[in-house]
Amino acid sequence: MARGAEPVPDGLVLTRHQGAPGLTTLDGYRKVGGYQGLARALEMGSEAIVAEVKASGLRGRGGAAFPTGTKWGFLPQGVFPRYLAVNADESEPGCFKDRVLIEEYPHQLLEGVLIAAFALQASHAFIYIRGEYRKQRELLEEVVREAYRAKLVGKRILGSDFGCEVVVHGGAGAYICGEETALLDSLEGRRGQPRLKPPFPAVKGLYGQPTVVNNVETLSNLPYIVTEGGAAYAALGTEASPGTRLFCVSGHVERPGTFEVPMGRTTFRDLLELAGGVWRGRRFKAMQPGGGSMQVLGPQHLDVPLDFKAVAEAGSSLGAGALVVMDETTCMVDVSRRLVDFYRHESCGKCVPCREGTYFESQLMHRLEEGRASAGELATLADICAGMDGRCFCPLGDTATWFVMSAYRMFKDEFDAHVGAGRCPVRARLGVAA
Amino acid sequence: MPESEVGASSPALAPAALERLRALRSRYPVARSAVLPALWVVQDELGYLPPWAEEVVAEQLGLLPGDVAAVASFYSMYFNHQPGRHFVQVCQNVSCALRGADDLLAGLREWLQVDEEGASPDGAFTLEGTVECLGACGGGPMMQVDRYSHEDLSLDSARQILERVRDGAGGGAGA
Ligand SMILES: Cc1cc2nc3c(=O)[nH]c(=O)nc-3n(C[C@H](O)[C@H](O)[C@H](O)COP(=O)(O)O)c2cc1C
Ligand code: FES
Repeated sequence: MARGAEPVPDGLVLTRHQGAPGLTTLDGYRKVGGYQGLARALEMGSEAIVAEVKASGLRGRGGAAFPTGTKWGFLPQGVFPRYLAVNADESEPGCFKDRVLIEEYPHQLLEGVLIAAFALQASHAFIYIRGEYRKQRELLEEVVREAYRAKLVGKRILGSDFGCEVVVHGGAGAYICGEETALLDSLEGRRGQPRLKPPFPAVKGLYGQPTVVNNVETLSNLPYIVTEGGAAYAALGTEASPGTRLFCVSGHVERPGTFEVPMGRTTFRDLLELAGGVWRGRRFKAMQPGGGSMQVLGPQHLDVPLDFKAVAEAGSSLGAGALVVMDETTCMVDVSRRLVDFYRHESCGKCVPCREGTYFESQLMHRLEEGRASAGELATLADICAGMDGRCFCPLGDTATWFVMSAYRMFKDEFDAHVGAGRCPVRARLGVAA
Repeated sequence: MPESEVGASSPALAPAALERLRALRSRYPVARSAVLPALWVVQDELGYLPPWAEEVVAEQLGLLPGDVAAVASFYSMYFNHQPGRHFVQVCQNVSCALRGADDLLAGLREWLQVDEEGASPDGAFTLEGTVECLGACGGGPMMQVDRYSHEDLSLDSARQILERVRDGAGGGAGA
């Protein structure tokens, strides 16, 4: 069992080395047992690693929660070269966990990348990082250079027969490039627009070759899974929702931040408490449990556990692991308008329902917020969204309807009160400025 | 386009930058993958992408200038005109808005006296009130100045940071 000299807090995976000195350097990471997972993986061989990842029950942390071991199993036998694309595009509103994992634990990520690349027998791993994370990109470039010098990356890694090149690739501002096939098009040097699936990237991905796309957090779990075993990882959570997750909490809380918590056994209320509760002694009004794309939940859902099924039954999703908390002064029309604007701005323009739909949504929400929309106009919101949800080329257009429609259902009186109102009636009632 | 002609039309690209451009090609199994990084090399050097940038990049990667132009125009972070010396983005997405991003943006607009395009009269700043979340939602309201982000801002602290930047301290010591 490969453990460092430092005692490791129980129940933590991603942040278990928090506070150890020099973690962003190779030396510092090695002092806590870093790269022993990679050494172990090279001894285990591909099949044993895939089996361990399947046993861990790890599901993708990029938003779609697809079981990681199963995805790896889709690669067609005997087709080479193969590629690994690391999704560090993190652009979901409310989401900043991959940034923390890169800034504080970059070698843990790189070790995870190398373990996955070895398990998949990938010749190249590309870390696609959003353009706005410029400093983080430079840190990763330095970490990769350091690892090349130490023979952890490149040819004959740690003296084995396995070789893999790692390339850090900066994006240039486009939310859609987080969608896995748009990411691949962007990585090929094209406009970042999604591809029709199937074929899935595992069959035909980068340059038409078998490719696995995995999120930063997903891969950062691998050093632990390989050294401690899949079963140990799974046991941290529940059977249906194994392992831990690094949750982002932001908005109206006292101490926003990221918190690693066991899945299934933690509730939204626990997370809220970790973040110091609702700020300024105010009352809780609503939350978005999985980032900007996910449906709104109310106070009645605070005791729902962080379990995929339980959150789905409540009518939303854990998405990218970002909890946005809204207090009693929040105007749901304002929040909806911001999110709708975001999707309008980020729609890639490839398909009509998304390109036109987000435009109509945005126009309507602006008019509503400014008090210029009639009741009849507001009634068209459901039609616009119905023309989008399930009818777009990729999930961007679908999810552009989820928050606003769920908010309209849960806070209908608030939307109605904006019809013909000169200023936000919600805030006027509470005596809150603008 | 022959090499000499490219050289003639790109007097502003320093030899070191051209060298970095050339080196990018071999990092990828397929040269075209280097388009985004190549555009970054030019923009880092000049602050924006002049019309001849697509020709230089196309030449290096064996593409047509139109291919490169089509790619460049898709991504919001490439500029086709010279912005202010410092690029400031104030996030307006939900987590930041819940903590006062509107007031911060309005306050900075007024203080910097920016025009419609977001440019300050002294050419020091271009201010963008972006709707894209910048991945620092735990520290809202936040702004990104060049490549550094600054979190938990008040109008006062933001002004102080920008004053330091204007006086030559670079993007500042943010995260
Ligand atoms: C519009 C859109 C944006 C996405 N953005 C991201 C992102 O920023 N980061 C990410 O890891 N996954 C993102 N995804 C999910 C990816 O398509 C993909 O499912 C994920 O990278 C797979 O990795 P995982 O299985 O490890 O989660 C996005 C999906 C969509 C539809
Ligand atoms: S909402 Fe402002 S950085 Fe994410």
